[in-house]
Amino acid sequence: MKPSSNNINYLNTQHTMENEVKKPIKKMMLILSKATLENVYACFILANGARMEGIESEIFFTFFGLEAIQKKKLQDLHVATVGNPAMHMPTILGGLPGVEALATKMMKADMEKLDIPPVDEFLDILSASGTKLWGCKLAIDMFKLKREDLIDDLDGILTVGGFYERAGGDGTHVLFI
Amino acid sequence: MSEKTIAGFCIDCNEQGYLTNPDQWNKEIGLAIAKEENIEMTDKHWEVIDYLREQCAQEVAITIRKVGKSGVVTIKEFYQLFPNGPLKTASKIAGIPKPVSCI
Repeated sequence: MKPSSNNINYLNTQHTMENEVKKPIKKMMLILSKATLENVYACFILANGARMEGIESEIFFTFFGLEAIQKKKLQDLHVATVGNPAMHMPTILGGLPGVEALATKMMKADMEKLDIPPVDEFLDILSASGTKLWGCKLAIDMFKLKREDLIDDLDGILTVGGFYERAGGDGTHVLFI
Repeated sequence: MSEKTIAGFCIDCNEQGYLTNPDQWNKEIGLAIAKEENIEMTDKHWEVIDYLREQCAQEVAITIRKVGKSGVVTIKEFYQLFPNGPLKTASKIAGIPKPVSCI
């Protein structure tokens, strides 16, 4: 009996899935576009976690993400208390003076307990681990930043095209944060 | 859990090759695992292994950050000594459980 076209499709899908399972991730290309602490840490932990597994990782800092690599700003990043339903506090309360700073202080204390380093030390760890750190040219121009405003460990300044070029090859994943 | 014979010793290990009982470990086993991982052991490598085993014996959760602050190696050196996931590889050679940390 001739197999129906449905059967063939099913077999093909299964075949593809098996192949995909066997392909490990080789490189994580992370794009950090935000400067809220929760996003910065998500990005750093993913990049560092990749290196710990022997996976290459690179971070492209763009737009507000650039705050995380500005010498004068990186130690002063905050969690978002306004417009963040997961904070479980009324928006009007989150906007009061000092609330964001307090929430940030509490979160930082909790993170220290879990041995999660502060932003500056985390950047050192990433750099020492071989994570490549790139600044976005367009955003740097837009915010009128100079190279000396950015951390010394920065590997360079790239255009989007330059970043995509580095993402080439099998097993590369690009993630926007 | 399974049993495996390595360097002539019978050891308990998990399916990824991590020893499940650190007491069964000795240097010859470490050396044989290192060979499987394509790592040529030097004195510096053994210093790291000794440090990890000490930490494990004290039931301290090991992270890359702690290794970097240990004074034994810097994080950069740690990655150079054990490329392809230093904490994982070094723990395997040290005969201690696979680290569960994300940092």
